[in-house]
Amino acid sequence: MNEQFNENARRSRLAMFHIDGPLLLGLLALMGFGLTILYSASGQNIAMMEAQLVRLGVALAVMTAIAQVKPQTLKRWSLPLFLAGLALLVAVLLVGHVGKGAQRWLDLGFMKFQPSEVMKLAVPMAVAWFISSHSLPPRLWHLLVGFMMCAIPTLLIAKQPDLGTSILIAAAGVFVLFMSGMSWRIIAFVAAVISAFLPVLWLFLMHDYQRQRVLTFLNPESDPLGSGYHIIQSKIAIGSGGLEGKGYLQGTQSQLEFLPERHTDFIFAVISEEIGLLGVLVLLSLYLFIIGRCMFIASQAQDNYSKLVAGSFTLTFFVYVFVNIGMVSGLLPVVGVPLPLISYGGTSMVTLLAAFGVIMSVGTHKRILAAP
Amino acid sequence: MLKKRVAIQDFAAEARLFNRRAVVAMLIVVVLFCLIIFNQYQLQVVSYQDYQTRSEGNRIKVVPMAPNRGLIYDRSGILLAENKPVFSLELVPEQIKDMTATLTSLSELIELSPEQTESFLKQVKAQRRFNSIALKEQLNDTEVAILAANQHRFPGVTVEARLSRHYPFGDLFTHALGYIGKINTRELQQLDADGEAANYAASRDIGKIGLERFYQRELHGTMGYQEVEVNNRGRLIRVLRSVPAVSGQNIHLGLDVGLQLTAQQVLKAQRGAIVAMDPRDGAILAFYSNPSYDPNLFVHGISSANYSALLNSRDRPLINRVTQGTYPPASTIKPHLALLGLETNTITPATKIWDPGYFMLPNSDHRFRDHLRWGHGWVDVYTAIMKSCDTFFYELGIKLGVDRISDYMSKMGFGEKTGIDILEESSGIMPSRGWKRARHNQPWYPGDTVPLSIGQSYWTTTPLQLIVATSVILNQGKLPTPHLVTAFSDDKNKTEHAPALQPVIEVVKESNWQIVMDTMHRTVKELGGTAHRAFIGASYDAAGKTGTAQLAAIAQDAKYDAEAIDERLRDNAMYIGYAPYDNPSIVIAVALENAGGGGSNAAPIARQMLDYYFAAGVNSDE
Repeated sequence: MNEQFNENARRSRLAMFHIDGPLLLGLLALMGFGLTILYSASGQNIAMMEAQLVRLGVALAVMTAIAQVKPQTLKRWSLPLFLAGLALLVAVLLVGHVGKGAQRWLDLGFMKFQPSEVMKLAVPMAVAWFISSHSLPPRLWHLLVGFMMCAIPTLLIAKQPDLGTSILIAAAGVFVLFMSGMSWRIIAFVAAVISAFLPVLWLFLMHDYQRQRVLTFLNPESDPLGSGYHIIQSKIAIGSGGLEGKGYLQGTQSQLEFLPERHTDFIFAVISEEIGLLGVLVLLSLYLFIIGRCMFIASQAQDNYSKLVAGSFTLTFFVYVFVNIGMVSGLLPVVGVPLPLISYGGTSMVTLLAAFGVIMSVGTHKRILAAP
Repeated sequence: MLKKRVAIQDFAAEARLFNRRAVVAMLIVVVLFCLIIFNQYQLQVVSYQDYQTRSEGNRIKVVPMAPNRGLIYDRSGILLAENKPVFSLELVPEQIKDMTATLTSLSELIELSPEQTESFLKQVKAQRRFNSIALKEQLNDTEVAILAANQHRFPGVTVEARLSRHYPFGDLFTHALGYIGKINTRELQQLDADGEAANYAASRDIGKIGLERFYQRELHGTMGYQEVEVNNRGRLIRVLRSVPAVSGQNIHLGLDVGLQLTAQQVLKAQRGAIVAMDPRDGAILAFYSNPSYDPNLFVHGISSANYSALLNSRDRPLINRVTQGTYPPASTIKPHLALLGLETNTITPATKIWDPGYFMLPNSDHRFRDHLRWGHGWVDVYTAIMKSCDTFFYELGIKLGVDRISDYMSKMGFGEKTGIDILEESSGIMPSRGWKRARHNQPWYPGDTVPLSIGQSYWTTTPLQLIVATSVILNQGKLPTPHLVTAFSDDKNKTEHAPALQPVIEVVKESNWQIVMDTMHRTVKELGGTAHRAFIGASYDAAGKTGTAQLAAIAQDAKYDAEAIDERLRDNAMYIGYAPYDNPSIVIAVALENAGGGGSNAAPIARQMLDYYFAAGVNSDE
């Protein structure tokens, strides 16, 4: 009896803060997993651990804050946020800072700010706003407008150039359209159009280093000390980990720094090397649990905007996971996407948890919506 | 109403539509996760061994460690070739905060040329920052001391010691020891072909000539290695396994420092060679070719000025006169011919001939002159050798014929390499009919046999061949293989090295040995013997034979006048001797280029060598 009471009390406390218990549990487990690996991947760097902890704390706070906002409010703010984001993207092209050969940052005086991060949230939210203001499945012209809403920021970001982010943002918008029930015929048609667009992308939109990445992906051994080095060393790290791994803190590829960017984009290789295939299965299970829980929340949402936004964020999260693991293990070209919630990194972490804040908002405000 | 109903229907349909899409999306998610797992399985389980190997290959580097080269000792244990530490000043750029300031401070302590600094800075740019880079090599003792005292002021600056070959006696042993130098491409290919290249991974040097070359394999030793773990920049993290190198074997020579010094002192500026051997086992006691040169010049790479000076010198110091100097043996081979005469019964101890001062072939009026213009009168084999009568041997030679001479002398080792343990050796020429046909495409004439029987004409020998052939007489038919090395040793064991004697001649009459040895004894002992004056007052009982090799053709009836002809065409002085007479422990050959008569020039030098030999008791322990 007492246990039942306590359980109810705990649930209600979480519900009071609009936190979804299972999702929070999944996220915390993943963060714990990530911190443990980061300790090893950073070369047991305490300063980096502290920085990552602060970042996770800030990101969790942002998530909690956003979770308090009602989905209707989020829906109202979707279009203004989108337009503001577009303005910032234009601004960044005009006055942005150049870092690593790309123009991505806007110096706000007290901090540097990457407008494309805002668009990761704003694009799917705005598309969901537009699509959900009409009945589903969307008509053709709704889809066309939706595609345009994806295409404009995508092209602006691709111009910075940040191909990886632009594709992910486009994907986030397109996921809204997919979840809204866009017909399979149109999906097939769009796929055909994209295929036709690829040569244009290759010839006119991609920079040399991007083309090089793709070539390297197709045959990493062609340049083992140059552009193929990352992927070769990464595959060696993964493969040599075997079933059980070389042991925590014992990965030679990572600890002796043969593996480049081991604490950021290539941290999955560290996991594979040190705790092996079994560790990878644990990680994938955590991801699958979070994705499943989010998709469940989306399907339980009571208005279309909430469903579409939550569904799109969920799939985008999955795409992050898949693209990162895919590139690190040689299934995809190297595009510079961090492993969500594990890789050491700044703004993307906040953006990511902001998205989970939106999903939690969707998951915890539905009763109040259903009441009247 | 209608509008609202439509909306409600829409809502339910929309929910179903979304849920269907959600299921499809989740299916895709699961399929792609399975793809990841399948790929991970391929990498981590199926190809595990492959990637494991490549990972180890990344991390583990094998660092070869060169073995210490074996040392070389003389017969009494004096070091002739050692490994001396040479010091170099090295800097690790990574550990130096202010390179300019460090270089300035260092230049205040020791002399640094602008070239040294410049080449150092060039290397700093080219190499990895944690690599140690030499600023100055071959520091002297003072510099080492100054730097050691100031070490604490310079983090990242070290004085590194490396072993380098050094020959403490300089030019005294050069032609025997040879020297080492940096391994060149051709030698590397040879090592590869011999399957030895792996053992040389850490070695810089290889024996170039002499013993250093002949015993390269023994002296070199076996490479050791360390398996070390390195990071991606190649920096050493830790040593995983260490297999120490096995030093090369030390070699011990029969040579004696005192005897060598005596040889060098008595020869002074005289071009020539002295070689002495224990006839009983072939161990070389003295081995000196004059002029010599300092082998240390070659160890660190000889300058081209120094090298061309050696190469172009009129005295040809690079030639090893003991084994490569091919001289007409002249009268030194008369005892050997006498033995053949006695053995074939061509002469007996009682045979006497009349020497009018010349010899003429039948049906010819060409006079082959004796060195004594007026002749020796009646001579037997004893007198003929003692006084070196040419006419006696002209006649004997003609009776024997070139074929018997050539065969017999070849058995004694003439015209053949002796097989001494250095590779710089000439075989000399033991002429024969076949040789002359092959070499000059001419038949052998009796006129060729006449000078042949006094060791002239085409016959050439090395000083080493002379003592080997003489040892055959002393050993009563057994030929020793001359060898400089008498033992090998490592930390624990010492193994003697003595090639067995080869029986080459069986005599018909045992007493012939004694007769021939007796003739050489009389040469030294009896008044009128060509070597008598040189050995007056010797504390030991010596025997020997002089030789004077004529280099310039002298016209019929003309008198040889040493002053009148070019110095380089003057006679070579030769001497071959042994002692003690009754039980010889040393046989010695002296060859002096353009020095004049053997009795007056070569024999006194042999005397001084033997004096030292017996006074110092060089070989007395055996």
